[in-house]
Parts: sequence; C-alpha cells; structure tokens
Amino acid sequence: MKTFSIGGVHPNDYKLAADAPIENLPIPDIAYISMSQHLGVPAIPVVAVGDKVKVGQLIANAGGFISAPVHSSVSGTVKKIGPVKDLSGKEVNTVTIETEGDEWIDTIDRSGDIVREIKLDSKQIIERIKECGVVGLGGATFPTCVKLSPPPGCKAEFLIINGAECEPYLTSDYRVMMEMPEQIIIGAAIMMKALGVSKGFIGVEDNKPEAIEKLGAFEKDYPGIKVVPLKKKYPQGGEKQLIDAVVGRKVPSMGLPIATGSVVQNIGTTLAVYEAVQKNKPLFEGIMTVTGNCAPGQKNFRHRVGTPLSKIAEYAGGIPEEAVKILSGGPMMGKAISNMDAPTLKGSSSILYLTEEQTKRKEETFCIKCGKCIQACPMGLEPYLLNKLGRINDMEGLEENRIFDCIECGCCQFTCPAYIPLLDTIRIQKGRVMRIIKNRPKK
Amino acid sequence: MKKFLVSPSPHFHGRENTRRIMRDVIIALLPAVAVSIVYFGISAIKLVVLGVVTCVLTEFIIEKYMLRRKVTVNDLSATVTGILLALNMPASSPWWAIVIGSVVAIGIAKMTFGGIGQNIFNPALVGRVFLLVSFPVVMTNWSVPHSFLGTSLDAVSGATPLVLVKEALDGGQTVPQIFAANPGLSYSQLLFARIGSAGEVSTVALLLGFVYLLARKVIRPYITFSIWGSAILLSGILWLANPAEFTDPLFNLLTGGMMLGSIFMATDYTTSPMNKWGMIIFGTGIGFLTILIRRFGAYPEGVSFAILIMNATVPLLNKWCKPERFAKEAR
Repeated sequence: MKTFSIGGVHPNDYKLAADAPIENLPIPDIAYISMSQHLGVPAIPVVAVGDKVKVGQLIANAGGFISAPVHSSVSGTVKKIGPVKDLSGKEVNTVTIETEGDEWIDTIDRSGDIVREIKLDSKQIIERIKECGVVGLGGATFPTCVKLSPPPGCKAEFLIINGAECEPYLTSDYRVMMEMPEQIIIGAAIMMKALGVSKGFIGVEDNKPEAIEKLGAFEKDYPGIKVVPLKKKYPQGGEKQLIDAVVGRKVPSMGLPIATGSVVQNIGTTLAVYEAVQKNKPLFEGIMTVTGNCAPGQKNFRHRVGTPLSKIAEYAGGIPEEAVKILSGGPMMGKAISNMDAPTLKGSSSILYLTEEQTKRKEETFCIKCGKCIQACPMGLEPYLLNKLGRINDMEGLEENRIFDCIECGCCQFTCPAYIPLLDTIRIQKGRVMRIIKNRPKK
Repeated sequence: MKKFLVSPSPHFHGRENTRRIMRDVIIALLPAVAVSIVYFGISAIKLVVLGVVTCVLTEFIIEKYMLRRKVTVNDLSATVTGILLALNMPASSPWWAIVIGSVVAIGIAKMTFGGIGQNIFNPALVGRVFLLVSFPVVMTNWSVPHSFLGTSLDAVSGATPLVLVKEALDGGQTVPQIFAANPGLSYSQLLFARIGSAGEVSTVALLLGFVYLLARKVIRPYITFSIWGSAILLSGILWLANPAEFTDPLFNLLTGGMMLGSIFMATDYTTSPMNKWGMIIFGTGIGFLTILIRRFGAYPEGVSFAILIMNATVPLLNKWCKPERFAKEAR
C-alpha cells in the first residue's frame, strides 16, 4: 500500500466521533461573519448597517487576487461592521448580523437531489467557484479558484483529493465521505474538467476502510477517478506528502505542487465545489467535529459560518471540566483557542478538548543525539540541528540546512525523548530565514 | 471565564522519553548480566552493583555540589554506563578497579563535557581503557567461566581466545596448530561460554539484547551490521590470503569485545553518528580498525580502541552525511 517515502510518526488516531452522523446545528441568534476567512487580503464588505440580508447573499467582495468573497450564513439585519476578536483574540473586521427567520436567496438549489451532469465549461466552473467564495478547507484556506488556474507555463496532469484526514480526532472529512460519497466524486469530476485533466485520485488512509469502499463503488461510473488507499501515517495529508504518496513525485524545495503536475484539494473543499457548481450554493456552511476524550459527547456538525464557538460547545454538552486546552484543528497542527466567543470560519474543522495529562508540556532535558527527530521528519531535515543553530541565531547555518523546507507538521517535537520544543524554535527562525531570502536582491 | 492553555502546535507528545530508552537498554543488557552471574556468581553481582552505584553517585555529586544544577540521575543513563563498564571488566577484578573506572567514566568522560548528550567519547569505554592502561595486570587477569554455581571460580584463570592466539602466533605456531591444541576455541564454546570480561562470555545473550533493541526501535541496525560486515571482510581477505597466519572471520566475530562493543557500545546515541551513511562509515571504521589492532597492534584486543577512535570522527560524520532530503531545491 502506498504512503509517503520518508519520515512520519504514528500518533494514536482517536477517531472517537467517526460514527456520529452529521447533525445540523441550530442557526445562531447573532452571526459574526469574519472578513478574513481565507489566506490573503481581507474581503471588503458591500453591505451597510441596517441592511436586510438573506442566507447566501453576497456581503463582501474579494479584496484582491489572493482573496475570496464572503456570503451571509443567516437571514436578518446587519447590526455592526467592525472588529470582533477571533479565536486567538486578534481583532478582525467582521459583519455582525442579527438573525430573523431563515430565508435563503432563491438561486440556491435546496433540493436533496444529486446533480450529476456538469453543464458549465472550464472557465465558467472556475468563475463560479470564485463567486461562491470557495477556499481550501484543509487548513490553509487558500482560494480554490487560484489553485485551479495553474500559472502560465505549468500544466496540470492530476487532480488529487485529500481524504487522508491524518490528524487524530478529526472526523469531518470522514463523515462527508461516508454520507455524501457521490457528491465528492462529482466535485472531483468538476475540478478535473476545470483543470482539463483526465486523471483524478482520492487518497484515503486505510484506517477508513468503509469510506474507501463507499467512494470506490462510484469508480466505474466516473472513469478517470480512482480511490487510492494509503497506509496510515502522519502527515499523510500534507500536500507534498500526499503527492509523493499518490503519484510518487516530489515537489521541489521552494517549489509549487503544480511543478509535479498535481493539484491537491481537500474533501471539504470538494464538497463546497460540488455545491457551488451544481447547486449554486456559496460557501457559508461547514462541517466540524466536536470531540476529545473528556468531551461530553462525540459530534459532527454542519454549522453556519459565524456561529460563536461557545454556542456550539454549549449545544454539544458544555465545556468539560477536565479540559485545559481547546483546539481548533487536530492535536498535531491545530491552533489553541483562547477566545471561545470567536465565531466559526469557513475552514473551522473542530473543537477539540484536551486534558492536562494529554497536552501539558514536560520539562525539557538534554538532547541525547538519538536522531529520532531526523527519522521522524517527513522533509528529511535535521530538527535537532535546526534547533541548535536557531538558538544561536546562525541564519546562514539554518539556510544551509534547509530550514525553509519545514512544513511545521510537528513530528520532530512529538518524537523527541528529551521533550525539546523543537518546532517552537524552528517555526520562528524559519519565518526569519524566509524574510531574508525574500528580501535578497535577485541575481 | 475559565482560562485555557495556549501554546503552539504540536499539542501532543509521543510516548518516548530518555528514561524509557535507557530502561530499554538496561532490559536488553539483562540476559548478559544474568549469564555473567550464572558463570561468575557473587563477583559478577559485586561488579555490576559497584559499577552502577559509583556511576550514579559520581553523577549525583557532580551535578548537585559542583555544577549546582538539576540532578539528572533519574534518566538512568549513569546506570547504563555502570552496567556496561561492569560487563567490560574481568569478573575477578578487585573492587577498587571498577570504582576508579566508574569515577573516570562519569566524572571525566561524561560530566566534564556537560553531561548526558554532550560527551564525545563513550564514557564506559573511557573508563575501561583508563583501567587497561593504568592497571594492565588487573585488567587482563581473566577468570574461567564455569557453568556450575558454587564451585570456586575466582582462583582459576586463563587467557582469552584472542590472547591465546596472539601469543601462540608470536611464538611461531600456525593458526591450525593453535586451534588443534585448544579445544576451548571451538565455535560452540565461543557462542555460549568462553573466557573474557564479565559481559562478553555469552554471544547468544548479547544477541538476544540486540534483537530486543531493534524490536523496540531503540537502535538502528546500520552501525552493528557495518562493524560485523567490515570485520568479516578484512579478516576474511587476510585469512584467505594466509590461513596459517590469520584467524578466520567467524572467530574474529565471536571473540573479544566484538559483540558487546558492536551492539551496546558503538551504538551509544551521543557518541555515534545520527544519519544512515554516517553510521555505515562509523561502523566500517570500527570493524577495520579492530581487525588491524588485533593482528598488528600491541594489544590482543582492539574493539575499545577502535570505537574510541571512531567516536572522535562523529561530529564530522554528522556534518558530512546528511539525511535523505525530501526533494531537490528548485532555485
């Protein structure tokens, strides 16, 4: 069975919510819709305080090329346009809407029918995806339309759908694959048409055999699309690792994935593409997992973007007493939440409760040169060395040892028997080295 | 509202820690310790206990009263050094020898460099070689292993296979003559029990430890296999060229500190390279040097010296031999 070629670790996968069907969360009384739900420039609001909006109505335009429009997730009245704190407490321009009823714009096809025929052509598909504000839901929230338009001189050969969901605990992609397999296949077919490629792969880790089976059942109806089972290993869902695992090509250092002829899209994104293109539905809902060993229940929810996290936690049974850290995302790459009043975003994937025993950092001891971080690094770097050079600010040394290749997956720190916070140092110094490289005069 | 912990990812840690690794090494050494107790009885127990106690105490005193920093004896690394040094001593050696060796191993070879993870040379081997050059008579007074408990053993001493062969060769005999005259050199003897230091008497017990270390992923096989491979290669070439002058590869593999050294000493994390090719070069160097020292050096045995010499190359090997990178640079 396929997997990526070097490094990786095997955290316990804790897919506790795997069997919980997706439930619709109640519509929030007040929705806080952030203008920064994507990588790049914030969106620019096109509504004013006092305006009445419907579900799915455009409320903000893309602020630039790398940006995405934002749509209302509720119907009601715009109460405020201004800063609201996000999950880490940073103030972000946000449109606050007070909900009245649930009135949708009438262009959205709300029927449960699966639309199989793809009527739009390649250009129209990309345009529609752009208009509907679809962004990558695997973590980076990079605008999907940009990824589907390879830069001049680059030719796409494959579309790879990322169904690895290699982070422990997260099950939202799994539930989508289980409950909407054909929509995923159609979403993939749409993006293949947009890219003009004839080969599409859906990479799924072998700890999800039922999803592999469900998706696989459609292979015969949609020629060109293949489901590829992958041997479970973290970080399989990393873009570079997934391309390596599925098509056996390696993204060059400092290069783009398209250099291998591959375009990678996440499962959630694929569903959003299907809904945008076939149902004319902008991206204003998302699927997220509420889980944790100490969680009062294991849940998968469909949420309206802008729902406060605290409301979701409350609906799911409250924040457990034992939780000392709450994450948005998985335990390997997720973000710690300091503000539970923050609203959900398009890319929100989870609320994960961790106990003190699970997450408390232990005191750092001496590096024993065991080399386990090197064996764990999926990029073939030497984290112990980068940490050592980083702590003495040896920028040349860091660049020579390719700190810029780090994907911040956390495998090194996860493995380190001396509890050295390797990634803390590497992350900071990587940012500095990248700035130095960027500002260097080109020869 | 209740305050929550905020820190950057990763938020999880694996089960691995230094103490656990050292505990695994101790478990892997248990068969060899057990065999030495069976063969040498109370003197083997005395050696191991003295070695461990002195090593741990030395580290404790230095950290607590001289460096005034957090005491790290709980990581069990000093315990491992103590056991290894004990296994490297003749079972009959006096109590003060292992005490001095332990103080040198921890006090000089380890703590002067900053303690765990910072030393250049293998502490247990530095201790052993210090004793070997300072007290050569004590360190080469080998007791004969006896498989029956209760028999007085310490009184009986003899030459190790390597000493026996080297002296006989220097005395003008040929290898086949030496083997014919000494039934103790048969392979079954070499595998299960032979004259040597407390820990090296049973090759089988050491191999059991090796399998355990590999299965627990404590060590990778590259260093050990390269040592065996290069030792077999060089001794094989010499043996084929002149079987009267040189011993065969299997004999070289099963004698002296070859097994103990290649499995437990050369694979010490801190004093061995961290990447595959570095490990292979390191191991190959040890194998070659061992055979050269055994046949052409002043000492009959060369594993300790070979490992210490190669220890010195580790920083360079780590610099030269980089891991396989994920991809080439696009720039």
